[in-house]
Amino acid sequence: MAVGVWQRLDQAGRNLVPFSTTVAAMLIGMMPLQLPDYSFVAPPLTLMSIYYWAIYRPDLLRPLLAFGVGVLQDLLGGSPLGMSALVYVLAYWLVLTQRRYFLGNSFWFLWLGFALVAVGAGAVQWVAYSLMTAHLVGPGNVVAQALLAIVLFPLPAWCLSKLHRSLLSTN
Amino acid sequence: MRALLQRFSFLLMVLAAIGLMMMTRADPVFIDAARARVTDAFAPILGFIARPAGAVAGVLESGRQLTALYAENQRLREDNERLRQWQQTALRLEAENNSLRGLLAYKPDPAASYITARVIADPGGAFVRTLVVMAGQRDGVRRGQAAMAGQGVIGRVVQVGEWSSRILLVTDLNARIPVVLETTRQRAMLSGDNSDQPRLMYIPRGVEPTVGERVFTSGHGGLFPAGLPVGIVATTHEGETRVTPIVDLSRIEYVQLVDFGIPGGLAAEAAQPGAMQ
Repeated sequence: MAVGVWQRLDQAGRNLVPFSTTVAAMLIGMMPLQLPDYSFVAPPLTLMSIYYWAIYRPDLLRPLLAFGVGVLQDLLGGSPLGMSALVYVLAYWLVLTQRRYFLGNSFWFLWLGFALVAVGAGAVQWVAYSLMTAHLVGPGNVVAQALLAIVLFPLPAWCLSKLHRSLLSTN
Repeated sequence: MRALLQRFSFLLMVLAAIGLMMMTRADPVFIDAARARVTDAFAPILGFIARPAGAVAGVLESGRQLTALYAENQRLREDNERLRQWQQTALRLEAENNSLRGLLAYKPDPAASYITARVIADPGGAFVRTLVVMAGQRDGVRRGQAAMAGQGVIGRVVQVGEWSSRILLVTDLNARIPVVLETTRQRAMLSGDNSDQPRLMYIPRGVEPTVGERVFTSGHGGLFPAGLPVGIVATTHEGETRVTPIVDLSRIEYVQLVDFGIPGGLAAEAAQPGAMQ
């Protein structure tokens, strides 16, 4: 029976991969890299991770977890509480309804899907923030951030797919 | 049925997120406490992953410096020469100042004490300009203390946990610092707007700040001690004056939190709902 327990533990650990990579992506995104102007347009690694797992393993990264990660990010990052949570839940929703277009098709579709999600996320954040502060914020940073995120997406996506294949390929 | 349930749960979460945003408005104190707790909990991890990041940044920086070594040396030698002369002047003026103060029985401001802390996170994003540092309540950090790096003010402490705290940078949308212009001694408010260069507000008509002029904290509102350098006037046209912070805000490794012994005084804080205050 000991084997059964270990197997189950192993499986449980593997099942945690989507959640833990998402949290790790959030923490890595907060590293002080000391590059000029970097932190204003830092690509949203968390969004990439949520997008990826919502497409490939939505059973292991439930929408509620995406919501939780968003709340955590807002608390830790100092942004208005609920803003990232809103963005992640909406992104998840969008992905779930359009999943069959992104899944199984070529990488280009995955990329295109992310581009849509990134632009949408930027727009939602911008509107939410402007409403909350009653102040029309310049959209420059949001646009730059979305563009950079779209350009850089293949790299994190490749890392995630490596992880995905090596740790979750059996099921 | 299942699809309906799913749609309902998503709707619920969207409403919950909006509810959270409203709650920040209703009870900012509670939210601040929650932020401090969470930041405390994650501070060790952030501190850990910030170290390799610092190393990478160091390598990049030294690579860049190697290419300009000769010119840099030359410039530093000239600088040194000039600064020596300034040092003499400063010493002379200090002595003169002391004797004059002695004559006037001048009561100096309480001496400031410093807490030095390492930057462990730069959460960034397109909307907030904050830093998280590894020093908190038990190190003597208090809300409202001025944060300096190198020679100038970079912001102030807005949230204090047990062993971590958050600094709102001068460029953040919510940052307001009472300042004074170097030459005209005109008071103004330095107001961040999430761009790299905060704006000078409330300058009376007719007062024209000159480009290159320095901007100091005025000490009004009791938030900061007077006379700390903040920035340099960068551009001024059509009544809009912008200031470049004196410290490169994207390259801060360590900050000094200044406790200058003046209690309270948060009058100058402009409350913006939702974001960090």
